[in-house]
Amino acid sequence: MTFDSLEAHHREKTGESEVILTNLDEVTNWARANSLWPMGFGLACCAIEMMATFASSHDLERFGIFPRSSPRQSDLMIVSGTVTFKMADRVRRLYEQMAEPRYVISMGSCSNCGGPYWDHGYHVLKGVDKVIPVDVYVPGCPPRPEALIGGIIQLQEKIKKQQFSAVKGE
Amino acid sequence: MISEFGYLLLFIIGAIVLVLGMIGLASRLRPDRPGPEKNSVYESGELPVGDARPSFNIRFYIVAIIFILFDVELVLLFPWSVVFGDAEILSRAGAAWLWFAGIEMLIFIGVLALGLVYVWKKGHLDWILPESKAEEFRSPVPPSLYDELNKKYGKQ
Repeated sequence: MTFDSLEAHHREKTGESEVILTNLDEVTNWARANSLWPMGFGLACCAIEMMATFASSHDLERFGIFPRSSPRQSDLMIVSGTVTFKMADRVRRLYEQMAEPRYVISMGSCSNCGGPYWDHGYHVLKGVDKVIPVDVYVPGCPPRPEALIGGIIQLQEKIKKQQFSAVKGE
Repeated sequence: MISEFGYLLLFIIGAIVLVLGMIGLASRLRPDRPGPEKNSVYESGELPVGDARPSFNIRFYIVAIIFILFDVELVLLFPWSVVFGDAEILSRAGAAWLWFAGIEMLIFIGVLALGLVYVWKKGHLDWILPESKAEEFRSPVPPSLYDELNKKYGKQ
């Protein structure tokens, strides 16, 4: 499904009445992609970059992104930092408690693959995708806010391609 | 012509229809996959342990009430003392006002002190500790056997 009818880059308003023809796939994807509410939790130094991204200078509100403090209200989990074995249990439980449809962005080398703890980290999970499904991996140690925004745009592109019936999963 | 109460009725009907419509539409659009983990209590990712509403000792209630007694007293005493100590108001109002305000505050404190005396007399300030019972366990090892050990490690 394309997104052309709702999100054309160039649209002239002529003052005449406008009718947009769309379908359920497109309109639900449009709503879901443009109101991603991430869960407000950070794990390590990547969280500092994530907080900087939430702050005014990078302005995530323009993407409809607005951190929530409860998994019940959020549909995006940004795993920002080192996932220790102790934390992996909690991350999994928080993911389970989130509302569906839910998406995960793995931010930084540590949550992508263990990062600097790959060799000697006896306590670090070698990638958060061992416990929860990940949609977008953002490389970097830590990634700059621009990189995180890039990951979010990638996720939005992914959401815009999904099928309504597949998400609802009857 | 619709009356003012008619508008109110329209608003109430509109609110009900809108809310039901939105909840109904959301239930048609969202995936519905409940599970034991998703339905469990959100405790910041921790496993919830015990009840969210445990019972407290009823005596904490009395203590809270007595605290409010002195809390309210202080809330009134602070602004009162600021006005009472103001030399300009005193010079304007004269000595009669000084007597009036002073005695009024004394009466207020007196009433609260009466409450304190009542609480004290009733014994609400005495925190009754649970009685400690002697252990009923009878060990086959006599305590005298531990004497040497206690002497070695300096335990009395």
